Amino acid sequence: MAKHHITATVNGDPVEFLCEPQETLLDALRDQLNLTGTKEGCSTGDCGACSVTVNDRLVCSCLMLAVEADGKSINTIEGMAQGDELHPLQQKFLEHAALQCGICTPGFLVAAKALLDRKPDPSEIEVRYWLAGNLCRCTGYDKIVRAVLDAAQQMRGA
Amino acid sequence: MQEKVKDGQSSPFQVVGTRPVRPDGADKVTGRAKFGADLALPGQLVGKVLRSPHPHARIRSIDASAALALPGVKAVVTRDDFLEQSSEFIPAGEMMINYRDVVRNVMAREKVLYEGHAVAAVAATSAVIAKEALRLIKVDYEVLPHVIDVVEAMRPDAPVLHEDMRTAGLEPAPTTASNVAKQLEIGHGDIAAGFKEADVVIERAFTTKPVHQGYIEPHACVASVSEDGQADVWVSTQGHWVVRAHCARLLGWDIGKVRVTAAEIGGGFGGKTVVYLEPIALALSKKARRPVKMVMTREEVFKASGPTSGAHVRVKIGAKQDGRIVAAEAELKYQAGAFAGSPVQPGAMCAYAPYDIANVKVVGYDVVTNRPKVAAYRAPGGPISEFAVESVIDEIAGKIGIDPIELRLKNAAKQGTKAAYGPKFGPIGMVETLEAAKSHAHWRSPLGKHQGRGVASGFWFNIGGETSVSLGLNEDGTLSLTAGTPDIGGLRASLCMMAAEELGVPLDKIRVQIGDTGQLGYNFLTGGSRSTFSSGMATVEAARDVMKEACRRAAKLWELPDDAVEYSNGGVRPAGPNAGKHAPMSLKEIAGIAGKTGGPIVGYARINAAGAAPSLATHIADVEVDPETGKVSVIRYTAIQDAGRAIHPSYVEGQYQGGVAQGIGWALNEEYIYGDDGKLQNPGFLDYRVPVASDLPMIDTVIVEVPNPRHPYGVRGVGETPIVPPMAAIANAVANATGVRFTDLPMSPPRVLKALDEARAKGTAKV
Amino acid sequence: MAHVTLIGNLRQFTGGVTELEVTAGNVHQLFQRLGEKYPALLPHLETGSAVAIDGQIYQDALLQEIGPDSDVHILPQIAGG
Repeated sequence: MAKHHITATVNGDPVEFLCEPQETLLDALRDQLNLTGTKEGCSTGDCGACSVTVNDRLVCSCLMLAVEADGKSINTIEGMAQGDELHPLQQKFLEHAALQCGICTPGFLVAAKALLDRKPDPSEIEVRYWLAGNLCRCTGYDKIVRAVLDAAQQMRGA
Repeated sequence: MQEKVKDGQSSPFQVVGTRPVRPDGADKVTGRAKFGADLALPGQLVGKVLRSPHPHARIRSIDASAALALPGVKAVVTRDDFLEQSSEFIPAGEMMINYRDVVRNVMAREKVLYEGHAVAAVAATSAVIAKEALRLIKVDYEVLPHVIDVVEAMRPDAPVLHEDMRTAGLEPAPTTASNVAKQLEIGHGDIAAGFKEADVVIERAFTTKPVHQGYIEPHACVASVSEDGQADVWVSTQGHWVVRAHCARLLGWDIGKVRVTAAEIGGGFGGKTVVYLEPIALALSKKARRPVKMVMTREEVFKASGPTSGAHVRVKIGAKQDGRIVAAEAELKYQAGAFAGSPVQPGAMCAYAPYDIANVKVVGYDVVTNRPKVAAYRAPGGPISEFAVESVIDEIAGKIGIDPIELRLKNAAKQGTKAAYGPKFGPIGMVETLEAAKSHAHWRSPLGKHQGRGVASGFWFNIGGETSVSLGLNEDGTLSLTAGTPDIGGLRASLCMMAAEELGVPLDKIRVQIGDTGQLGYNFLTGGSRSTFSSGMATVEAARDVMKEACRRAAKLWELPDDAVEYSNGGVRPAGPNAGKHAPMSLKEIAGIAGKTGGPIVGYARINAAGAAPSLATHIADVEVDPETGKVSVIRYTAIQDAGRAIHPSYVEGQYQGGVAQGIGWALNEEYIYGDDGKLQNPGFLDYRVPVASDLPMIDTVIVEVPNPRHPYGVRGVGETPIVPPMAAIANAVANATGVRFTDLPMSPPRVLKALDEARAKGTAKV
Repeated sequence: MAHVTLIGNLRQFTGGVTELEVTAGNVHQLFQRLGEKYPALLPHLETGSAVAIDGQIYQDALLQEIGPDSDVHILPQIAGG
């Protein structure tokens, strides 16, 4: 079967790639574009490790076909830092030790950023429910939630 | 809130006990860190496994010719590509593995013994072609009756998995086949006499279901074998030397020909201490003459890796009215899955370990069933037996009318107590964690409607083991530290800190890496809560080696005897009567002249780390039970545990919190659900329900420090103990809230609701 | 003489004996002495056993010293996850 030619923007850069019709956006990011920061945990949209934003919408990239990315703007974990300046969420995750093995971390960071982009002052409950689609098996979520709340506070300039 | 309880002394340390950012952190938060599935080698093929659709069947024949003929397929492997192994137990990982079973679990030989059991594998140029190739492999199965329940499997008329299995531990040795691989007994004293003395005796039967470690990263590896037989494996694993040993053994290759590199690992918890894909990937790569990448799907992880046992447990405890426990008995029936080797032995040994009891008897059965072979899961065996024991202790407390923490204090094991499993304890923190729980604000806080509180304690042994570390002093005074125990949650930070503490240099002058199997002597795997303890001990030894050599070099230059120079403040200086004779030299200056004064300065440690000490814990859980839905919500949780010495408190807290979350999942929702057809019905995260962020409250922690005298910094392993208390803490809290004692896990809403309705009919429910 | 206790199923290789006095300078010698007395026991000592000497557990430590009055327990080896 012939491959499809896709043009999109990823982390602000124009990209092109070829993909098969059944390939997911996750497959394309990892295998065609070598952006392996986004992870595959389940391929059924249950774990959130593959979280990216597509036109600013939080999406499980394992549930989206690569062909659907044509013409869209995608943001992954690799685009979160600005040069060598980490995003406040990334910095707070480190300070709070909100990661142990780190496999879920890219998904959490992308999802948390999507929350704070919409709601700069979430409550603890709101953070927990927003992130309920991201599974972590190492941390019990405590330090993750603290890091997100702390980053939100810093970003508000509070 | 996170707290630390110490003996009141101010810290003697500069670095140990602080909370710096971990050295591998930037890579982890930017997506740069490479995990098992993140490596791609030029020309690599995709490997896929054909798995049995039957829970139990004899393999009559395998015909892979059509698959091999498919364009794009470069290799096929079956049982014929692995060496037959004689029955030989090897202490090479968790729970005493037998290579004869390992080779069969990696790829079925005579029989398939569980749905998902690997039967063949292919390597092809794309995933699509590989999957098509699997469809073309013809396997002729003779389907056999299956058995998946542990009690059913113990019946004399149960379908037999291994015709040559005879129950070990019985006298006289049996002559007929059984699914009971082993029967064991531990204990001391005279329990019959003990029970006679008791004023109160409670006996209960419990069941737990198999659960999975639930790591978010599926198993993944890339293998590459060159024409001269040198093999490389990139794999996310808890132990790459163990992977090397197993692969070499199964394939009949020299160990030295195989080099294994540990990728970053996305969770293991014991489930990545064994091999599944690696020997297959190597065999495929050898045949195809190209690298082969293999990644499990989530469904394969659930069906064909290593969950932990489900079990039937009976516990009987007798106590006097004043609270002294005078007799304690338990019977543990653990299912091992398709091959022998459940954690019933450690489960039996630690069931009563937190307590000083004169009369103890624990009998255990290791039973095979047509399910995936169990692998280690965080304190293997302990959570199951201790769930049952801690639940009955709670009932005893209620019956006698004594506070459950007081009851535990009255019976707590201390230094010098003869353990339930034999030896006397050195210093341990059981009493300290109980006292901390008793005085914690959580214990006194008021409860609301439909809420209840439970407390439970827990124990795990912790181990040391073979460890090698190399610490090189670079020409500019910076250091390169290479350790060999994969970092599953913050180890590199702790090692860096211990080295910095010893050497008196800033943290950012030490770069730490986990070396591959070609770079260091043997390292036993990361597990058994051993990495901070063992690699830490080795790091300290290597650092002291560097310091000693630095002193020696300066002594030579200053024309002083070696012992007239001391290391202090990140450098060397003359000591004693020669003090002041020469200006001190910094480690950097020593590094600068190392090459000219004898050669590079590298500290090595190659040890079998001894002196690991147990970690005790006491947890307090508050739950709220919804009377209409049966949903149990954990509304407050405090985990108190003895760390000996917390090198990096944030990562110690993280271990406590993570173990608690897994224990809560085990208590409330996680279970393998099988149909009568012996097939797994919930091999995915939608229906295998692990805790999510909205399920849990903040998990408060208290780090108690009763230093381990055998470690230079007093470290005790902490990773496993935290998963031990939660199941009982939650069950005790639910009993407190509802008046109903749950003895069957998980306490999922339908089960809770059913039990509440039954209790309401009898008038015994509190909600 | 060191006082040695065998924990668990090891008793089935000693005809039920679980406690005995043994003279041994290290773990290797201990295993040799026990193996001389109970040959069926030896393979289970060499593989799968841990040795606690005065409360301290050692695994795979043949050269670990045993004192003249040590309290020794031979246990199943413990791993972890």
